[in-house]
Amino acid sequence: MSQQKLDEHMNVAIVGHVDHGKSTIIGRLLSDTGSLPEGKLERVKETCRRNSKPFEYSFLLDALKDEQAQGITIDAARVFFKTKKRKYIIIDTPGHIEFLKNVVTGASRAEAALLVIDAHEGIQENSKRYCYMLAMLGIKQIAVLINKLDLDNYSEEKFSQIKQDYDEFLAQLKIKPTAYIPISGKEGENLVSISQKMPWYKGYTVLDQLDLFESQKDPEDREFRMPVQDVYKFTRNGDNRRIIAGSVISGKISVGDDILFYPSNKRSTIKSIEGFNAPLQSSVGAGNSTGFTITDHLYLKRGETMIRADQPKPEITSRISANIFWLGHKPLEKQKEYIVKIGSQKIVMELEEVQTVIDASNLGQMKKDRVSRHEVAEVILKLKSPIVFDLPHVNVLTSRFVIVDEFEIWGGGIITQALKHATDDYRERLMIRNYKWERSMIDVDDRAEKYNQKSCLILITGDKAVGKKNFAKSLEKRLFQDGKFTYFLGIGSVLYGLGADIKLSDQNNHEEHMRRLSEIANIILDSGAILIVTATQLTQVDLDLIRETLVMPEKLIPIWFGDKVSTDIHVQYHIYDEGNMDKTVDYTKRKLQEHGIIFKP
Amino acid sequence: MNHLEKIENKSIHILREAYSQFNNLGMLWSIGKDSTVLLWLTRKAFFGHVPFPLVHIDTNYKIPEMIEHRDRLAMEWNLDMIYGQNQKALENNQTFPDGNATHLECCQALKTQALENTLNGHWPRFRMNHTTGKYDVDKNTEPFTGIIVGVRADEEGSRSKERYFSPRDQNNDWNIEGQPPEFWNQYKTDYAPGTHVRIHPLLDWTELDIWEYIEKENIPIVSLYLDKGEGTRYRSLGCWPCTKPVKSTAKTIHEIVEELRSGKYSTIAERDGRDQDKEDGGGLETLRRDGYM
Repeated sequence: MSQQKLDEHMNVAIVGHVDHGKSTIIGRLLSDTGSLPEGKLERVKETCRRNSKPFEYSFLLDALKDEQAQGITIDAARVFFKTKKRKYIIIDTPGHIEFLKNVVTGASRAEAALLVIDAHEGIQENSKRYCYMLAMLGIKQIAVLINKLDLDNYSEEKFSQIKQDYDEFLAQLKIKPTAYIPISGKEGENLVSISQKMPWYKGYTVLDQLDLFESQKDPEDREFRMPVQDVYKFTRNGDNRRIIAGSVISGKISVGDDILFYPSNKRSTIKSIEGFNAPLQSSVGAGNSTGFTITDHLYLKRGETMIRADQPKPEITSRISANIFWLGHKPLEKQKEYIVKIGSQKIVMELEEVQTVIDASNLGQMKKDRVSRHEVAEVILKLKSPIVFDLPHVNVLTSRFVIVDEFEIWGGGIITQALKHATDDYRERLMIRNYKWERSMIDVDDRAEKYNQKSCLILITGDKAVGKKNFAKSLEKRLFQDGKFTYFLGIGSVLYGLGADIKLSDQNNHEEHMRRLSEIANIILDSGAILIVTATQLTQVDLDLIRETLVMPEKLIPIWFGDKVSTDIHVQYHIYDEGNMDKTVDYTKRKLQEHGIIFKP
Repeated sequence: MNHLEKIENKSIHILREAYSQFNNLGMLWSIGKDSTVLLWLTRKAFFGHVPFPLVHIDTNYKIPEMIEHRDRLAMEWNLDMIYGQNQKALENNQTFPDGNATHLECCQALKTQALENTLNGHWPRFRMNHTTGKYDVDKNTEPFTGIIVGVRADEEGSRSKERYFSPRDQNNDWNIEGQPPEFWNQYKTDYAPGTHVRIHPLLDWTELDIWEYIEKENIPIVSLYLDKGEGTRYRSLGCWPCTKPVKSTAKTIHEIVEELRSGKYSTIAERDGRDQDKEDGGGLETLRRDGYM
């Protein structure tokens, strides 16, 4: 065993059809390289003897009781192993189609793969399907192990025939394997040393091939992309840094670089790179889980992607085409809401269209309107709000997403095209506004401290003539008397002044009115005030539009005033008129205190 | 970027993911080397802070030095420290050292059950009062929805099959066959009411990685891991009746690293000396299905 410290490391998956001998190969490899812990081999052999079961090398890996009882691998296992060159985690995966989810889980952690084909049984359904999955997962280095040649007298002919057939299949996927290796896992031929039984083979052993796989470089030379994981401020512990944290997916960034946050398009400059028990850094690159302070006090949250202002921008849209695979028991269907997760973004989506469904085991194409378990498909997805990504030829790492159905990740995919969507123009306008927004020398926190309150938009809606305005004005008066900085804005004050140009036209300009109202709110909220607005019978669509238009959407507090909510709106508070306005206002004030808008005395 | 930096960054990413996605998050701290590395990684992830409570399952049979170490670091690093235990089993002497339970039954009672009922808030939790340095009964009985655990895949068979984010049902059970897929750095962060998720940031670390990292970062660990001149040290810490020191003269972290890299323990598994593993047919599967760490 090597004495020196090994810094290099690689994860390699082993995949293949059921019973083609994956676990046996790994078990034998561990045993023949002396990588097993002392006594392990003897213990497993002893257990076999006691249970009158013939010993198999796969027992060294199949750790679960059901796995040993059924003689199959159920879930992917990590096997730690090292050579003179580097440390490995070998990920042993199951061969049963039933456990495809576990193959995907295991293989997705790998940089390279060993694909096993039983020479005696030939190329099977999953020999093909799993290779297709490897390609979708982004694994480019694949060595094909033609196993169990001991059953065919180590025949070169057999080996060459399978190699030729498999090459033909892979050519359709545009995959070129790194190597084909004839082996016998059970007998240990060509695993650790070159087999005497196959003198016709001139290539490498499996062990050598592992060391020949190339480690992936951290993609520092690509555009800088960092999904914002969180914004931290641990004030309670006396730390006033406001740190934007995340893991750099690609590229490199330095203190002083101008940055943008997508999709909001807010801009700033890197002030510092933060760390703990680490030397001060002036730049940081791909692979690092890091954190930054920036020169401006922006309202930011998880889900934004940080990019460099001087580099090409990512794509942004709410309609995409994608290649996906589906692992859920329930099919992926239209008219049902799912969640897409990409980077730190989490967005509601619907399936718009299934273009083709592909059977990954024979590449047959089908036209269907849903995607069932274990199928691969080309689809169009409609997202509730825009997502930020790159196309795979630009940066594959930011083109991959997963689909969540009922609490579980059941699908994965790669975005192949950014499609146009009706709301794109509106969104672009908001992005320009955010970019052009002028910030003064006083920021949100300064104002909150000065006025002893957080600015917010209290949006009171309800049925006609239920006393919304009276409630709003009473609330304003109470807050004013308490010394708060507050302002009541009736929608009428907007409609006939700022909105006069569109109010008088024939068209229904409801949306534009909402937009203008929200933009006025942006200015008043930025000034630090508590803004109280009333509007009749707002719907959820209105609320979504207002929220989308607000620079600081978390400042919106929607309230329904009146007996029964008569639209589809989801409000934060439902307030009844108890016949005593003082009490109602008291109650609301308490809610604002609980909400942390105004501070308790 | 070298291997240690890679796994360090990945663990930090997972910790931050957990923090942003779970409202009631806690971390199990056994005072051992692995969960102490986890605690250190947490301070790295949150720039010196530990923004969630640490939970210790105190079996009452922990080596006293471990409890001292726990309380000292809790004060020094301003940790929100909580412990829980199976008071009933201890009062009734239903334990292995008392001769009234097998290894497995004792682990079930003092660890698995104590863990389950501490996490779901059914049994009292004790929270460190930083003014007095003592523990008070915690008024908060809300269940944890996410719990961070420092298990490693190289420890034993069932752990080698774990997910980074692993769901547990209402009964705290682990459904090994039904584990959801997990890929491309996207994790299970959505969960049904009443269930919780175990988060495992250290799965890719080996015992050697742990010690190399402790050496590199100079992380304070309990001195039981080092030989103090008697030719023995603990390789793995647990309850004193069931954990025995190993023969070793490693007096410094560096000597431990050398011993694991190429010395006498480079080919002997870490849990080799643990009795409860043997009772379970060479693994921890039975215990772990029921909620053991």
